Amino acid sequence: MQKTFLGYRRENGRVGVRNHVIILPLDDLSNAACEAVANNIKGTMAIPHPYGRLQFGADLDLHFATLIGTGCNPNVAAVVVIGIEPVWTDRIVKGIAKTGKPVAGFAIEKHGDLATICAASRAAKEFVQAAGENQRQECKIEELWVSCKCGESDTTSGLATNPTVGDAFDKLNDAGCTLLFGETTELTGGEKLVADRCATPEVRAKFQFFFDRYAKVVDDHKVDDLCDSQPTKGNIEGGLTTIEEKALGNIQKIGKRCKVIGALDKAEVPTGPGLWFMDSSSAAAEMVTLAAAAGFVVHFFPTGQGNIIGNPILPVIKLASNPRTVRTMSEHIDVDVSGVLRREINLDQAGDKLLDCMFHTANGRLTCAEALGHREFVLTRLYESA
Amino acid sequence: MTGQSAASQAGAQAKAPDFLVHEDGDSVGVIVVEGIKAGTELTGWVMAQDRTVTMKVLNDIPIGHKIAMANLATGASVIKYGVNIGKVVAPIQKGEHVHVHNLKTRRW
Repeated sequence: MQKTFLGYRRENGRVGVRNHVIILPLDDLSNAACEAVANNIKGTMAIPHPYGRLQFGADLDLHFATLIGTGCNPNVAAVVVIGIEPVWTDRIVKGIAKTGKPVAGFAIEKHGDLATICAASRAAKEFVQAAGENQRQECKIEELWVSCKCGESDTTSGLATNPTVGDAFDKLNDAGCTLLFGETTELTGGEKLVADRCATPEVRAKFQFFFDRYAKVVDDHKVDDLCDSQPTKGNIEGGLTTIEEKALGNIQKIGKRCKVIGALDKAEVPTGPGLWFMDSSSAAAEMVTLAAAAGFVVHFFPTGQGNIIGNPILPVIKLASNPRTVRTMSEHIDVDVSGVLRREINLDQAGDKLLDCMFHTANGRLTCAEALGHREFVLTRLYESA
Repeated sequence: MTGQSAASQAGAQAKAPDFLVHEDGDSVGVIVVEGIKAGTELTGWVMAQDRTVTMKVLNDIPIGHKIAMANLATGASVIKYGVNIGKVVAPIQKGEHVHVHNLKTRRW
């Protein structure tokens, strides 16, 4: 495996693989202004979302953690924040400013959209011109943070596609990378296998706390055995029957040797190398958004039936082994590992194929999802607004 | 490039398998080719033990769907990856299609 890649070293020392200038709304009301700025200033990207009003407690904390984490992600060179009022807007700006990267905030009240768009556009123009001068430089493999989450899984996910990620994760773990998996509910039926992989009793207890907390949400709200939503209709079409079967396939992503060295709450940033669990939704865009907010810069996304998700700032590498999916949805699949099912290649070779694509992606090659414009950014909500 | 050794490995195989089984003891395998028709004699590969098995399929089974490796009575557990993945809710014959009509979760 290669030992280096070409990344952007940021002011705080973290390394990114993209050089985005983002226009980030604090709240739903500010989406229009952000989109106008991104339209005015070429090479910038608005990240609209539907929330940010009247949230409170842990749900509000997660809102701030996700938006600040998104701005702090090393794939982002600079950030313009726009909010309806200045106090919460400034909270986002101050959170991102701790990284040392360029960030500026604008509030719409007392100015209106047009004056705000004008002022924010001037800041965005300066940022994008300056970001163009950032150069890629050789960075050590251990500086790469890689997350994983699968979607529209089927039985081929557990046979070949997720084990391919597992093989790559074992190799990246040996190389000293920081790695992430999550999808709390989709461990149901295999949660003991994950618990057994935890490095210490403390990590195990924390993992179990997060698992039990999420399981209680399902138990408190379910009206049946979830046969209409988990497994999904796509999972069932692909041959998966029960949540246990889906979970056992899912868990293949964490490889055979990696130990789980820590359990994180949603959007929490890891503090060292190794494989981390993050309590997170099993819905693709929610989980990938949380991974980006925690600082991950490349994402492995194994799919069975063909989930097409991307993310605005985190390049999503899609791999599949179902030959029908590879044939009918080829424009979405970065890495075809269907040869594992035909016994043409083994998992070691499939893992190397994925890692090869990862290095190309880290060095700047656009993923299928990036080229197709998939920028799903979905905030996780914990409960109703006040 | 890793394709060289892969090709020579593949050369040792008579043909690509019709279904895959994670490990010995699993009560189901997974169809990995399209267009499987009832009555066909299928070739399977047990991955963990690297063993080849053959079995007659009783139904048309789509790619990705499961085939029973043994007769399974109502209430029995279905084992895959060596782990319990749910309970049988209608009797299943060896070679039959296993899915939501005869297998349910034990969890939710």
